[in-house]
Amino acid sequence: MKLTLYVWRQKSAAQEGEFRRYDMQEVSPDSSFLEVLDLLNEQLILKGEEPIEFEHDCREGICGCCSMVINGRPHGPKKLHTTCQLHMRNFEDGATVYVEPWRAAAFPVVKDLVVDRSSFDRIIQSGGYISVNTGSAPEANSVPIGKEVIDTAMDAATCIGCGACVAACPNGSAALFTAAKISHLGLLAQGQPERYDRVLRMVDQMDKELFGSCTNHGECQEACPKGISIKYISMMNRDFIRATAARVMDPKGAMKAQ
Amino acid sequence: MQFQLDAKIPSGPLDRKWSKHKFDLKLVNPANKRKYTVIVVGSGLAGAAAAASLGELGYNVRCFCYQDSPRRAHSVAAQGGINAAKNYRNDGDSVWRLFYDTIKGGDFRARESNVYRLAELSVNIIDQCVAQGVPFAREYGGLLANRSFGGAQVSRTFYARGQTGQQLLLGAYSALSRQIAQKTVSMHTATEMLDVLVVDGRARGIVVRDLRTGRISTHLGDAVVLCTGGYSNVFFLSTNAKGCNVTATWRAYRRGAGFANPCFTQIHPTCIPSSGEHQSKLTLMSESLRNDGRIWVPKQAGDKRHPSDIPESERDYYLERRYPSFGNLSPRDIASRAAKERCDAGFGVGPGGLGVYLDFADSIKRLGRKVIEERYGNLFEMYESITGEDPYTEPMRIYPAPHYTMGGLWVDYNLMTTIPGLFAAGEANFSDHGANRLGASALMQGLADGYFVVPYTIGDYLARSGPSGLGSDHAAVASLEREVGDRIKKLVSLNGNRTVDSIHRELGRLMWDKCGMSRNAAGLREALQKIPAIAERFWREVRVTGSGEELNQCVEKAGRLADFLEFAELMCIDALERNESCGGHFREEYQTPDGEALRNDNEYCYAAVWGLRGTEGGRLTHDLTKEPLTFENVHLAQRSYK
Ligand SMILES: Cc1cc2nc3c(=O)[nH]c(=O)nc-3n(C[C@H](O)[C@H](O)[C@H](O)COP(=O)(O)OP(=O)(O)OC[C@H]3O[C@@H](n4cnc5c(N)ncnc54)[C@H](O)[C@@H]3O)c2cc1C
Ligand code: FES
Repeated sequence: MKLTLYVWRQKSAAQEGEFRRYDMQEVSPDSSFLEVLDLLNEQLILKGEEPIEFEHDCREGICGCCSMVINGRPHGPKKLHTTCQLHMRNFEDGATVYVEPWRAAAFPVVKDLVVDRSSFDRIIQSGGYISVNTGSAPEANSVPIGKEVIDTAMDAATCIGCGACVAACPNGSAALFTAAKISHLGLLAQGQPERYDRVLRMVDQMDKELFGSCTNHGECQEACPKGISIKYISMMNRDFIRATAARVMDPKGAMKAQ
Repeated sequence: MQFQLDAKIPSGPLDRKWSKHKFDLKLVNPANKRKYTVIVVGSGLAGAAAAASLGELGYNVRCFCYQDSPRRAHSVAAQGGINAAKNYRNDGDSVWRLFYDTIKGGDFRARESNVYRLAELSVNIIDQCVAQGVPFAREYGGLLANRSFGGAQVSRTFYARGQTGQQLLLGAYSALSRQIAQKTVSMHTATEMLDVLVVDGRARGIVVRDLRTGRISTHLGDAVVLCTGGYSNVFFLSTNAKGCNVTATWRAYRRGAGFANPCFTQIHPTCIPSSGEHQSKLTLMSESLRNDGRIWVPKQAGDKRHPSDIPESERDYYLERRYPSFGNLSPRDIASRAAKERCDAGFGVGPGGLGVYLDFADSIKRLGRKVIEERYGNLFEMYESITGEDPYTEPMRIYPAPHYTMGGLWVDYNLMTTIPGLFAAGEANFSDHGANRLGASALMQGLADGYFVVPYTIGDYLARSGPSGLGSDHAAVASLEREVGDRIKKLVSLNGNRTVDSIHRELGRLMWDKCGMSRNAAGLREALQKIPAIAERFWREVRVTGSGEELNQCVEKAGRLADFLEFAELMCIDALERNESCGGHFREEYQTPDGEALRNDNEYCYAAVWGLRGTEGGRLTHDLTKEPLTFENVHLAQRSYK
């Protein structure tokens, strides 16, 4: 099949970017979207032009590296798929396809389609864990956890940290990403001791990065390749309100609302 | 280079070696720990677990990965599960049984002491992960669930849907993140290690390239741990992530570390076949599918009919035919070879005849579509999205693919390589799986090494050797940085008319044909002729664009391929030297009359440890040292799954 690609090219964060047009012939409908970029890159290299830089690694939808807005949608037209899982048979022969990086203040462009997502790591560092040192864990079956609870926690834990939620949000909010981790840990018995402290610290960090605020558009849920529900944002908000109320009552910040 | 190998296996009975050893290990005074810098390369299960645990102990840790976040290491892609001898099912499991299954599964080419320790530690891993919040599957009563995996008759595999690796990695990543916040660990993402600094016979740091800016710098440390994963990408097409490489371990080899059993690679039987020249990597379909799927090919070679038009009597369920007692659940190496045998004989299906059917029709009839959907829904979707075919109505087509590498840097019982101060953990070392790894055992090993072995043994090393004391003004630092920088310059200057990928494909095809699922002396000799020619073409014909001072994936790929080209030769040399068949290493000359692997315990019951001798006529030369394997607790037997 034939394709016309308009790809965002930007040499560095400091320089301005632009869409550049590439006409492709003989693309196999069985190839993946990234394989089309591979093919284009091989052609560019042989012409002595610089290939398009894009993040990718696992190419099976789990590492969260790949990150492209395709025809205006993060990860492209197919729901519940990452860019690397998107195959060309989902496009019409002769289609025109626009490819650009995640656009968000908190994800500055590094080069071409590569952005800096280290803000996500800093949110996790601010509290996205259970404080347990190696060696100190009790016997695994000593705390039963209901199947439904674990399934709900797992639904949140499947987040791959790709950032599509932020790219899709008109405000560039990281609420879904942050809520997924807060809910995953907050639902589990092991996560209770730090539950309210965690939500305060993570929300605080989210605000310090350049993420916008959540105004309930729900675009994040639509774009999430793992189908993570915005119900977790409500969970986070509930915990946040309880935690803030308690902080008001106890100026030292210790949380007692468990 | 020949080595004086001392595996440092503790004396005493097998089941007391590790506890005795832990007592014998020297400790570093808590107040002194922060004076020591430990460098951990890799943030997969092994690396993240090691870095976090060392940070908790109070060491000053620096951790590195090439991805933009530690959470993206390829451990994230593991689907099926992790083994542990918890015996929660009350089905007769024990540390001893897990030990035995692993030794036997590895076709008796692993060290007893290490494998026993691994089985012992497996139970602590599950405790640790659950405490971190890893959402393992549970029963309705709230207790942990298990599933079965190949090569075992007990149910001991813990899992989190089809995303076990992801959840375990996120657990380790959260522990790591906590240490980063506490500033015991400094994390260096998008940074690739390109060399190890060895001065006066001791590892004292690494040279890295910042992949975003191209800046080359040195990080000095008192000990270095390589947790950089496996080298399946030597085949170009594999189930590994695109960035997986041999660079870190190969650079260590070039500096004097021994490389053990490089030819021991695992070919996984159930992967989605390649769909054409554009194929950039292969996708695994979990081993668990073989619980309910039946594998077959048409009885008539070249039969082009649609599978549903082929009547039952004209199908060959070859695994059930050849291995009636294990059938479709035969171990990986056996199932892979059987598929290849059928395809080579002309019975394969799909494009190029490189595929066999994995058929769920019987199970769907027996259990109903709903049950199959519950068990494998996400895998079926993945299959459909890649191939465009619906596995509920027509059989999957599958074919074996490179998946895991049992070979790796040689390590002693302390996981230290032949270079003092340089350790290797996870898939990067050779230690526990012998010639074939059982499913769900790599995650276990990575976490055992990272959480529970390395934190102890590094302490012992540091307590005995003291600080490295090498300053950044030492001449060796500048000279190694220059060497690494010159290499990047040389790569950037390549201005031919071929792409890195095209040469990598060429190497991959050759390795797959001659050093893949089955090997023979003539083919290996042929490969040894051809690899240097490909390497020459690489240096003459490749084109690298851009500069070395910026984000440039073209240079990254070229550097990794250059190392694969050198490494590939050693893989073939090792395969040629081992005149026996064992586990994943199948030499066609050595097989039983019915086509099974024929081990030669009298001559080859050892780990082959290679060391770099030097260069002759532009080619690297290597020496072999043997670490004899002694089996005091299990009886060496011919594996049988009939
Ligand atoms: C598709 C798939 C499914 C699997 N399923 C299972 C399963 O169900 N059960 C099981 O037990 N095993 C499974 N395995 C095997 C298992 O996942 C791996 O063996 C294991 O996760 C390896 O962990 P690791 O920590 O050693 O390395 P990895 O997770 O590969 O991590 C390597 C790390 O090293 C870094 N790195 C590499 N090179 C460099 C360099 N030069 N400089 C800097 N950093 C570098 C990377 O950035 C990364 O952080 C599977 C493997 C695959 C490919
Ligand atoms: S490349 Fe890993 S999710 Fe797309």
